[in-house]
Amino acid sequence: MITLEQKKFQEIEKMTKGYNPLLVLGCETCAAMSFAGGQRQVAELASAIRVARKTTEQKGEVLEDAVARQCEPEFVDLIADKVGGCDAVLSIACGAGVQLLAERFQDKVILPGCNTTFLGVTEELGVWSERCAGCGNCILDKTAGLCPIARCSKQLLNGPCGGSMNGKCEISKEVDCVWQLIIDRLTRLNRLEMLEEIFPVKDWSPAGHGGPRKMVREDLKS
Amino acid sequence: MKSGSNLERILESGQFSVTAEAGPPKGSSPKVIQRKGELLKFCCDALNVTDNQTAIVRMSSLSGCVLLKELGVEPVLQMVVRDRNRLSLQSDILGAAALGIRNVLCLSGDHQKFGNHPTAKGVYDIDSIQFIQMVKTMRDEHKFLNGEEILGDVPFFIGAAANPFADPFEFRVIRLAKKVNAGADFIQTQGIFDMAKFVEWMKMVRDRGLHEKTHILAGVIPVKSVGMARYMRNNVSGLSVPLEIVDRMADAREPKEEGVKICLETIEQLKDVEGVHGVHIMAVAWEDIVPRIVEEAGLMPRPVV
Repeated sequence: MITLEQKKFQEIEKMTKGYNPLLVLGCETCAAMSFAGGQRQVAELASAIRVARKTTEQKGEVLEDAVARQCEPEFVDLIADKVGGCDAVLSIACGAGVQLLAERFQDKVILPGCNTTFLGVTEELGVWSERCAGCGNCILDKTAGLCPIARCSKQLLNGPCGGSMNGKCEISKEVDCVWQLIIDRLTRLNRLEMLEEIFPVKDWSPAGHGGPRKMVREDLKS
Repeated sequence: MKSGSNLERILESGQFSVTAEAGPPKGSSPKVIQRKGELLKFCCDALNVTDNQTAIVRMSSLSGCVLLKELGVEPVLQMVVRDRNRLSLQSDILGAAALGIRNVLCLSGDHQKFGNHPTAKGVYDIDSIQFIQMVKTMRDEHKFLNGEEILGDVPFFIGAAANPFADPFEFRVIRLAKKVNAGADFIQTQGIFDMAKFVEWMKMVRDRGLHEKTHILAGVIPVKSVGMARYMRNNVSGLSVPLEIVDRMADAREPKEEGVKICLETIEQLKDVEGVHGVHIMAVAWEDIVPRIVEEAGLMPRPVV
């Protein structure tokens, strides 16, 4: 999933100031899974903005809504009328959702209420961690299913560096050294010899260094 | 000869080498490097010029190398992949070759988080092992990473780092083998305090025959105070400082003298470890002690080859 966290309320309050009416728009997929932009967070955030407006004697209506996925035009277009009646939309989806709104509603102010953090997994309720860097060329077959691009602080392909101690990364005792995990797993699988070969230099162009990325599936296009 | 550097000549002639560090300043004065160069000129075979060490911005290592060279001191150009992508690394290698630098040490570099620009974007386009391989290809095949031809020679004696004290211990020798296979002509190790662990590691190195394929220069760090010993024990990732060393420093009436004594004892033991071809003295902020250590370790005068 794409993980998100809501921006600090002061930042949201400042960027939404004066817009009347303001639509707080959630997304029922990743944003909801992150407990940052689902229907419930929409209600909470909208009432917080209303309270703040009231206490500072500002006028301005705050509306609420959520769509199934802000990253798909067919869902976004469903709320076109509601958006049309507003001054601005505070999107609490990921950056993709915010941008699709901006694209579909050319004359509206679209504001981001969340920071998009990473592609990751839910470790337990309230804890998420990064797993994938979306580098466009998966190497997990060579690294025991654990990604050094997303999880090594130096993105080493021939790790671990000299800073790996007691299974932890040099940057923090809270961060696992993914190379230690890779070595442990390959040892268990009796495949450690895989790491004796030098991993070649990586092509970073599918990772975004070749310019903005686009994917076209001719078989699906109408 | 791959590079013809003084360090290569000494090591290839089978003699025990001595290298030390000359860290560049956080400023533009050439005097800092020049002073270190003059101080260490006669007691070392080559001086490493560190590259934004601990991710703190300093004068560039290449400039420091040129300043040393002007004094007649042989530099080892340290380069980290943290700050440069493959284009920049290769162009600096060519520039260094043009300026007569003959030794390079290829490193990952401490993470930018530790430095004075902790919010910087780290580059890490290629890793240290890929970097070693790239320089070797530039030297031996006159080819860039993309296969295009390089005009002119790129004569470098290629170095790499090894840390026998980092985890996982059993993998450390495999990683050394990868560096040697990539093209490391010499290895400078992390500072050694835990001799038992180093000796164990060297045995694994010899079992794989790596000591015959590369020159291992054992790292030593003279400790100035008990505070420094404690700090290294508790705060420096990848260093292993036994409690005994901290206790010796704490109990010493003259801690600096004790630090020198520990360092000399370490060098004496290292001389007897089969496969160790030299020492690399990292006297961080205590360069002045290096001539005395080299002298008292019985490593003077330095050979002329």
